Amino acid sequence: MKTLTKAALIVLALSTAACTRPDRFGTGADGAGAGAGYGADGSISDPTSPAYFNQTIGDRVLFQVDQSTLTPEAMSVLDGQARWLLDNSQYMALIEGHADEQGTREYNLALGARRANAVREYLVSRGVPTSRLQTVSYGKERPLAICSDETCYSQNRRAVTVISLGSL
Amino acid sequence: MIRKLLAVLAMFVWADVALAQSGPLRLTITDGVIEPLPFALPNFQPEGTGAEEMAANLSQVIASDLIGTGLFRQIPASAFISPYTGFSQPIAYADWRAINAQALITGAVAVSGGQVEVKFRLYDVFSGGELGDGLRFVGSVDGWRRMAHKVADTVYSRVTGEGGYFDSRVVFVAETGPKDARQKRLAIMDYDGAGVQYLTDSGTLVIAPRFSPSGDRVLYTTFESGFPRINMIDVATVGRQQVTTAAGEMAFSPRFSRDGNQVIYSLSSGGNTDIWRTDLLTGQHTRLTSAPSIETAPSFSPDGSQIVFESDRSGSPQLYIMSATGGEARRISFGEGRYGTPVWSPRGDLVAFTKQNAGRFHIGVMRTDGSEERLLTASFLDEGPTWSPNGRVIMFFRETQGAAGAPSLYSVDISGRNLRQVPTVTFASDPSWGPLQR
Repeated sequence: MKTLTKAALIVLALSTAACTRPDRFGTGADGAGAGAGYGADGSISDPTSPAYFNQTIGDRVLFQVDQSTLTPEAMSVLDGQARWLLDNSQYMALIEGHADEQGTREYNLALGARRANAVREYLVSRGVPTSRLQTVSYGKERPLAICSDETCYSQNRRAVTVISLGSL
Repeated sequence: MIRKLLAVLAMFVWADVALAQSGPLRLTITDGVIEPLPFALPNFQPEGTGAEEMAANLSQVIASDLIGTGLFRQIPASAFISPYTGFSQPIAYADWRAINAQALITGAVAVSGGQVEVKFRLYDVFSGGELGDGLRFVGSVDGWRRMAHKVADTVYSRVTGEGGYFDSRVVFVAETGPKDARQKRLAIMDYDGAGVQYLTDSGTLVIAPRFSPSGDRVLYTTFESGFPRINMIDVATVGRQQVTTAAGEMAFSPRFSRDGNQVIYSLSSGGNTDIWRTDLLTGQHTRLTSAPSIETAPSFSPDGSQIVFESDRSGSPQLYIMSATGGEARRISFGEGRYGTPVWSPRGDLVAFTKQNAGRFHIGVMRTDGSEERLLTASFLDEGPTWSPNGRVIMFFRETQGAAGAPSLYSVDISGRNLRQVPTVTFASDPSWGPLQR
């Protein structure tokens, strides 16, 4: 019969790191970058206010599935954005590109970058200095509407122009 | 006898593969049933006082590992004819044969001074002999789960002839909160969901962590600065540092080279996304693709000579392979739909991918020349495959539909069988499976 003493026993020492480590950073704040805060938006009736830019001119344009081409409606909104930015030269703009949830995380990040850049190039073509524009993509990470059909997807395929005072 | 049975089992798998590949790009997700190998695992014998609970826990995790593969079935102790009398006692093979146990796993556990000692033996019941030598593991009490996984890996490896994958960890993104305000944290856990440890807080959006081949570091994409950048985190110390990439608006989708000294990633500049490589030792940046299309999700071949990636240069996202130094790429995906997130298998023969077609998402595998495409899963959204260390299992995440939709981790055998949810406390996405631990 095989016994322990007869059989070869291979001894393996295990390095055992601590298994659990509680959250060492605290509970954390709100998700970063979920749209920069607008702060004091001012009155919507004041054409030089961010509130006027966001609501009356329109801070966002929408895209077709998988597209980064600007629609005529989008160009019309961006014409207004460009005029406003030229009239209110103290403001900088961060253009956020977004995608709907159809598509992989990596591809949607790249697609959002394309959309943000399409807006940026259009604003530049309308005379806004490149030094006042910056772009970022959130891919499908920050949906605005959360249902899983086209009524929501169409709102999420967007580029939002977020304006702020001073440097970016 | 066990080997004979496994040979039969392997034949079933191959028959299934052959079936799936018959016909031109006609892909069928098969859900066939195989007969799992029955094993008996009498509770490991506690040696000395204070070892009873440890013995029971170890036995439970070992059995759970084996059952979780879908290749093994545990015979309940209530069916045992001969009571298990002790680790050193002779085996009454006839009694185990009578209940049709093919494999018998016996063990003994001792606990003293914060250390656990586990001894085990594996028997081939029908041939009436031991399969391999007895093994003994010694470690701290805290690491008892790893010892159980080591025992199960040894059993799996001896019975299947392949490497195991139980003593491994997975880095992933733990998600909480509603869909339009999701908070994400990097986390590491055992392959089976135990021992979760958080690596970042929820204040910064993080995505797509990737283990280094040796498991010592993790690359991930962070929005810490407001813009996607690549960070590297040391798993042991949880120390973080930014990887200095080539200049661009966004850097994301990083992956390590086999030696862990290079990083390939996507860099967006002027709205265009290409693939770059950065040498972590010299800091040198090399551009690998140069096209107006989107190039992303790069993954090295195991020998480091090639890179598989995703590109929409044809008009829709497809998979391509190029040399690790860049240059001409050849397209390998030709089926209907859109392909993304290719990951080269550890054996080098397959590429796992995400496929989107007709409103559904799939995890699939194909050979590196694009042939023998097989879809392993289907749902509203399946994404982000990662390979087990032995190349036998794929983990991915599945997101449910609608306003309350949320992601969970799943694993599936590369045969398409044994789809299982990996238990996590929070929602979870973007898994990256690390190597077998040493």
